[in-house]
Amino acid sequence: MSAAGATAGPVLRIEGLSVHSAGGVALVEDVSFELARGEVLGLIGESGAGKSTIGLAALGFARGGCRITAGRILLGGTDLRLLDAEGLRRVRGRRAAYVAQSAAAAFDPAMRLIDQICEGPIRHGLMSRRAAEERAIADFRALDLPDPATFGQRYAHQVSGGQLQRAMAVMAMACGPELLVLDEPTTALDVTTQIEVLAHLKKLIAGSGTAALYISHDLAVVAQIADRLLVLRHGKPVETGSTADLLTRPQTAYARALVAERAGVALAATASAAAPSAATPVAAASPAAVLEVRGLGVHYGRQAAVSDASFTLAPGETLAVIGESGSGKTSLGYAVCGLVPARTGSVSLAGVELAADYAQRSREQLRRLQLVFQLPDVALNPRQTIAAIVGRPVQFYFGMRGQALASRTSELLGLVGLDPAIAGRRPGELSGGQKQRVCIARALAAEPDVLVCDEVTAALDPLIAEEILQLQRRLQERLGLAYLFITHDLATVRRIAHRVLVLWRGRIVAQGATAEILAERRHPYVAKLCAAEPEMRPGWLEEALARRAGTEPSNEFQSAGGN
Amino acid sequence: MSRSAVVVAIILTAALFAPWLAPYGEAQFVGGVWDPPSVRHLLGTDNLGRDMLTRLIFGARNTVSIAGLATTLAVGLGVALGFLAAALGGWVDALVSRGVEILLSIPVLISALMVLAALGNSLAVLIATIGLLESTRVYTIARAIARTIVVREFVAAARLRGEGLVWVLAREILPNALPALAAETGLRFSFIFLFIASLSFLGLGIQPPAADWGSMVRENAPAINFGLIAPLYPATAIALLTIGVNRLVDRYLAAESRPGAA
Amino acid sequence: MRGLIAARVGMGFLTLAVISALLFFATDCLPGDVAAALLGPQATPEALATIRASLRLGEPAGLRYVHWLAAVLHGDFGRSLATGRSVVAMLRPRFQNTLALAGLAAIVAVPLALGLGVAAAMRAGGRLDRAVSTLCLLTISVPEFFIGYLLILLFSVQLGWLPSLAVLHGGMSLAQRLGAITLPTITLVLVVLAHMVRMTRAAILSVMSAPYIEMALLKGLTRGSLVLRHALPNAAAPIIAVVALNLGYLVVGVVVVEVVFVYPGAGQLMVDAVGKRDLPLVQACGLAFAATYVGLNLVADIVAMLVNPRLRRA
Repeated sequence: MSAAGATAGPVLRIEGLSVHSAGGVALVEDVSFELARGEVLGLIGESGAGKSTIGLAALGFARGGCRITAGRILLGGTDLRLLDAEGLRRVRGRRAAYVAQSAAAAFDPAMRLIDQICEGPIRHGLMSRRAAEERAIADFRALDLPDPATFGQRYAHQVSGGQLQRAMAVMAMACGPELLVLDEPTTALDVTTQIEVLAHLKKLIAGSGTAALYISHDLAVVAQIADRLLVLRHGKPVETGSTADLLTRPQTAYARALVAERAGVALAATASAAAPSAATPVAAASPAAVLEVRGLGVHYGRQAAVSDASFTLAPGETLAVIGESGSGKTSLGYAVCGLVPARTGSVSLAGVELAADYAQRSREQLRRLQLVFQLPDVALNPRQTIAAIVGRPVQFYFGMRGQALASRTSELLGLVGLDPAIAGRRPGELSGGQKQRVCIARALAAEPDVLVCDEVTAALDPLIAEEILQLQRRLQERLGLAYLFITHDLATVRRIAHRVLVLWRGRIVAQGATAEILAERRHPYVAKLCAAEPEMRPGWLEEALARRAGTEPSNEFQSAGGN
Repeated sequence: MSRSAVVVAIILTAALFAPWLAPYGEAQFVGGVWDPPSVRHLLGTDNLGRDMLTRLIFGARNTVSIAGLATTLAVGLGVALGFLAAALGGWVDALVSRGVEILLSIPVLISALMVLAALGNSLAVLIATIGLLESTRVYTIARAIARTIVVREFVAAARLRGEGLVWVLAREILPNALPALAAETGLRFSFIFLFIASLSFLGLGIQPPAADWGSMVRENAPAINFGLIAPLYPATAIALLTIGVNRLVDRYLAAESRPGAA
Repeated sequence: MRGLIAARVGMGFLTLAVISALLFFATDCLPGDVAAALLGPQATPEALATIRASLRLGEPAGLRYVHWLAAVLHGDFGRSLATGRSVVAMLRPRFQNTLALAGLAAIVAVPLALGLGVAAAMRAGGRLDRAVSTLCLLTISVPEFFIGYLLILLFSVQLGWLPSLAVLHGGMSLAQRLGAITLPTITLVLVVLAHMVRMTRAAILSVMSAPYIEMALLKGLTRGSLVLRHALPNAAAPIIAVVALNLGYLVVGVVVVEVVFVYPGAGQLMVDAVGKRDLPLVQACGLAFAATYVGLNLVADIVAMLVNPRLRRA
């Protein structure tokens, strides 16, 4: 136990904090809160809410040209804004430490891990090299890192994501700080890895009595570790309260929306927005499959990304492909589209076999099978107008020009819920949600039978993602589209898929109606996946770990992301 | 307009309208050797008694046009091959890149000297040689730029639609590469210009009696020993043009990287 | 690791072989009749025949190349067409002079450039940085001969401190040699300095904007610690690349500088040979320069491999 407990008052006290960007835009406006010793405060909000900015401000730091313009930042009684450069330097790492979102980026690639971890205490004059090393090794052991005695000798690139994140936690705690700022530490990790790292972090914080700021956009994750929550939006505080209170009785509309979204209840809620598996699947009406995949195998060199995949997709149906990173789900989707030629097996569209390489498929075949990408930023050509982007497929496939083209383009934009007036703009001027709608409009412009969606909501904020999912359901009902929906998120699967197939290390381990597969959990991996999905109630984490410990051995079903 | 833009504009104007702007003929003898500046000869005369200002103006035309042609060849060839290599990948990319790497491992001056020794230094040989050699540099940059663009999903989206290679290169890749390519063209022009001036200075580039800034430096060099600054006129002209172009490129790049640019 | 280095060295030799072929064919495949071009219209048939035989013009190009390569590997580059003397005998002392000049310039320029580059990067945007940037831009933009003649005008003619011609002959004392070589060296240093400073600055700035540098800052490290322990080791590889690249610039710049100062080096020799179309001499000079350049790049690549931790443990 090494937290400095000199002050009886709050460890951190922020009063009226405001941070402005170099261009004068307010990133954070008038935020105030307190953090007591040993308490964990969750900062919740969507991207752009200012959470990271506040986290960094707690160390008296503002990124890239931004400035802290107002307020007091009291760390154990010392106002950070009144300190000079040397004073701040002494506080950072020593009394307040930061755990970054991406461990891979935060570690110096040219230095061994142990050297970087011991650097802090040594430079701050707290302990000798030997003492620092011993303490680090003890921490490695406490966090279940493999071979604790030699783990530190490795370089960052030789260690997996989950391990590196834990190493960063060790580095942050090395000086025994009073305050720990955790900036989305598990966001980049797989769901099954996330649960372990989360547990370790919780143990670490509880064991040392350090106060912590836990920043995240995922309410379910934060609920497991935070005592109190502060909801932020556009840099302003929206609501605050104890975790239990806020999750069960949110006061403001925005907080309610966040809680509802995560709890899986639809928003502009009506019965029609309920999970399709509850309703009669449209699929039952038309028996002939629109897409049939037999024995598909995708290889990169000698490595098999997908082995022996077989499934069918009926018109108007949504088949979700779920798996974690390394499961081969994206490769599967790309192989169906021909972007990555499959080495074995076949893909048939409406009974006709397609060539493995898209370059050999006919224009008509390409038209009927469309792909929507994950990242709308790179999926749209920044130099083209929306009209050109959405209009090109119409022109290319149907030969429309002039007025006919323009009106069809407007129609398509309206179909995806966009104002036709944005046709003259460029992608850079649109928001993430709008860009994804444009991507969908572009795909619809070809009037396809099948839409392959590659993690299309993964990069979007939860509320926006929800809107996109609803849009897709509406379009499906209206146009009879079939979706091959690739995702890693179980909650999404529940919301929108009629059937699901579960991929693990390139093989399909379970396939069938959504409700059945997810309820039965017959296959051990499916069980593990379902169990790892964080639920919002406090205490879930401890239960999940207990369950896991009880149902080991699970070594063979470790996710490819590693631990 | 910035000073660099003005300077470059003046030189380009001189290059374009030389015969009308020059007070005397390109090879006309008008006075004594290295006469000092006077009203009739604003910059004095050169080593053979020709008007320095006239020679400078015609030199602008000759050197700039040769450099311009070589640059066009270098950029056209380099961009075309670079884009193709990036878009096609596989053995095409490997083959061309290997070849270019080997060419790049010989300094341009040495390669140029070798070819000039073999084929003589007619204008056609000069332009072709420099254009081809410099296209390797442009190729490297164009390929690198294209590769970063090609991996962006909107290119895959276009290909999946069934668009042909030419369409993808021209409508998807090129517009996104333009800023970087424009900057590279500017820089390439100033390198090539300096290079031609250097070759002429060595006596291997543009041949007399055609006026050319590089050979003018060589011809007037002995004047230095008498404390006369005659060779500094063409040398300064060269410097002004290249500095001007480089600064314009710098400003263009700064403007492009400001947030808000597409 | 050893495998990687061996592969790189092998690649270097292969490159050199290909370059030698290129050089040979570039100079040896001439349109029209070499012999006539060399001897002029008044050549007698006997003279033409002799030249043709000595140049083996009757044989196919491939065979000629093999003969040439065999001779080269024995250290025989043939005889100069202009003077009739052994090419190697002509080239060796000149090449030594060139290496001396280039080497001296490198010794002065590299530390100076690295120092200026680092200083400018550390105070990016400050007065030193802007002054250095402007100076570099100017120096890069002007031709080498401009700098050369300017220096001659200033130090030789106006001030009379140093000789304008770098004439070297036996019997000169070291002091006299250094005096003769000073202006050419300064010119070369200026030529290369600007490129190196700009590139070093860019390399350092790029490393300084990396996330792990921000992390080190948030750990409370001093600026000095940060630069020495984190920035410089990661900047080492790109800086080495910069130095190697610029040593390459030296190889090119030295040619022009030698002509400006009439320095008896290989560059001057090559330029004269090209003018006279003395092919054997041109080939030898070209190969010497190219081999130096390839060798420098090879050393740079290997050092970069040794410095990179990702490759070190492979």
